[in-house]
Amino acid sequence: MTPEVVTLSNNPILYSVAMLAKILVAFTVTMLIVAYATWVERKVIGRMQTRMGPTMTGPKGLLQPIADGLKLFFKEDIIPAEASKFAFILAPMMLLGPSLIAVAVIPFGGDLVIGDYIVPLQITDLNIGVLYILAMAGLGVYGIVLAGVASNSKYSLLGGIRSTAQMVSYELAAGLSIIAVFMLSETLSMRGIVAAQMEPLWGIEALSFIPNWYIFSQPLAFALFVVGSMAEINRTPFDLPEAETELVSGFCTEYSSMKYALFFMAEYANMITVSAIATTLFLGGWSGIFWGPVNFLLKVFAFMFFFIWIRATFPRVRYDQLMFIGWKVLLPLSLANIVLTGFMVLLWQ
Amino acid sequence: MEALLFYLVALVAVLSAFFVTKCRNTVNSALCLVTTFLCLAVYYVMLEAPFMAAIQIMVYAGAIMVLIVFVIMLLNIGSVGKSVYRHGLIWATGLGFLIFLIAAKFIAGGTVTKKVGTVTSEVVKDYGHTELIGTAMFTEFLLPFEIASILLLVAIVGAVILSKRKV
Repeated sequence: MTPEVVTLSNNPILYSVAMLAKILVAFTVTMLIVAYATWVERKVIGRMQTRMGPTMTGPKGLLQPIADGLKLFFKEDIIPAEASKFAFILAPMMLLGPSLIAVAVIPFGGDLVIGDYIVPLQITDLNIGVLYILAMAGLGVYGIVLAGVASNSKYSLLGGIRSTAQMVSYELAAGLSIIAVFMLSETLSMRGIVAAQMEPLWGIEALSFIPNWYIFSQPLAFALFVVGSMAEINRTPFDLPEAETELVSGFCTEYSSMKYALFFMAEYANMITVSAIATTLFLGGWSGIFWGPVNFLLKVFAFMFFFIWIRATFPRVRYDQLMFIGWKVLLPLSLANIVLTGFMVLLWQ
Repeated sequence: MEALLFYLVALVAVLSAFFVTKCRNTVNSALCLVTTFLCLAVYYVMLEAPFMAAIQIMVYAGAIMVLIVFVIMLLNIGSVGKSVYRHGLIWATGLGFLIFLIAAKFIAGGTVTKKVGTVTSEVVKDYGHTELIGTAMFTEFLLPFEIASILLLVAIVGAVILSKRKV
């Protein structure tokens, strides 16, 4: 008997157990990476600026994230008297929620065969997977907006205003840039896109030693997506909503204790999500020489290192430069890329 | 189960739509409207139209409402007294009641319910919802699609001209 994909109807027990396990593992791994991304970021940036980074807590400072978490946990939780309390508490959750939900459709490995059943290593395979992630990314901005408005402080409000303008501008460019990928893959399912990238490059057998990763066929789309999503998740050089030198720390100025920690976690969770999407869409997802999830995590880590590297290297852009890049460079380029890809697809067939 | 979910989401949708008009703080109103959009997205999913659901969230909740919130925050429109809109409220209530009556008449008349078109659950499952919408939009409904895009282009050009005009 050939193995079949496990569903709720053919083996409810295995399905439920596998589902719970996948959710738990994906969530735990994401949170662990979030914690240790802060350590890696401080270490790497420290080294790049000829400093040591954290060294005191545990060997090589490895316990630093835990110590930070504990410290923030025991800090006094201050809610400003002038703030609107409900929105103030809701805002950090609204920021972290969407970025964690997006992990649900990311395929982190191939198929696992247990007995007579196949368990796909992905929490759920939506046939509109990528759109779902873009939709969730679009909702993340409300956390920042709400934090800005609810804090009732001018720095927070300015951070919120900047964030809205930035999100609308760059979401468009990032969203349009990956349309070119759909035109090649002819599917919106994350699993389908990874499967399409496992064939030899451009369908030519002689080039089968190079995988058909979309970074090779769509280098422009890849660059546009990386820049666009860097702006969407407020990473340097696009971290204007929380520009320390001018806005104290922007939308999270008034936050303290665990609420502040939630903002931090959301930033790193967003970074993981974006890295995972870029890996899936452009770098062949879980395909590679090792076991699926290992390949996938290695690629994600490489990507996150790239983001940290960028942060240590580039100065923050000015606000008019931000708008210029978004509307006059990224948007026309992504539209041109769609037209070009359309022509290429037509010629190729 | 599905009916229960329907009524639950309907309750949230109607309540949040009510609070859009009721909230004194304009940002809260905007967020209530986002909740209504999310509820509509849930309905699209229940109607086996996941593409529409994703687009609904991306475009309406993720882009248009963000722009509206941006304008609210930029102009710093704080609280608005409700007496200003009393006339509007009366008219809107009347109009809403009228629309409700018309909808009730249609449903009771049986001319709009229980119609079965060519697009059934099986077709959506076999062919894919995104593909169905794409095919329909670029073949059968190409003219309305192009008219809508020209209309939007005109609106964009108009907005640019108005904002660039020397005062």
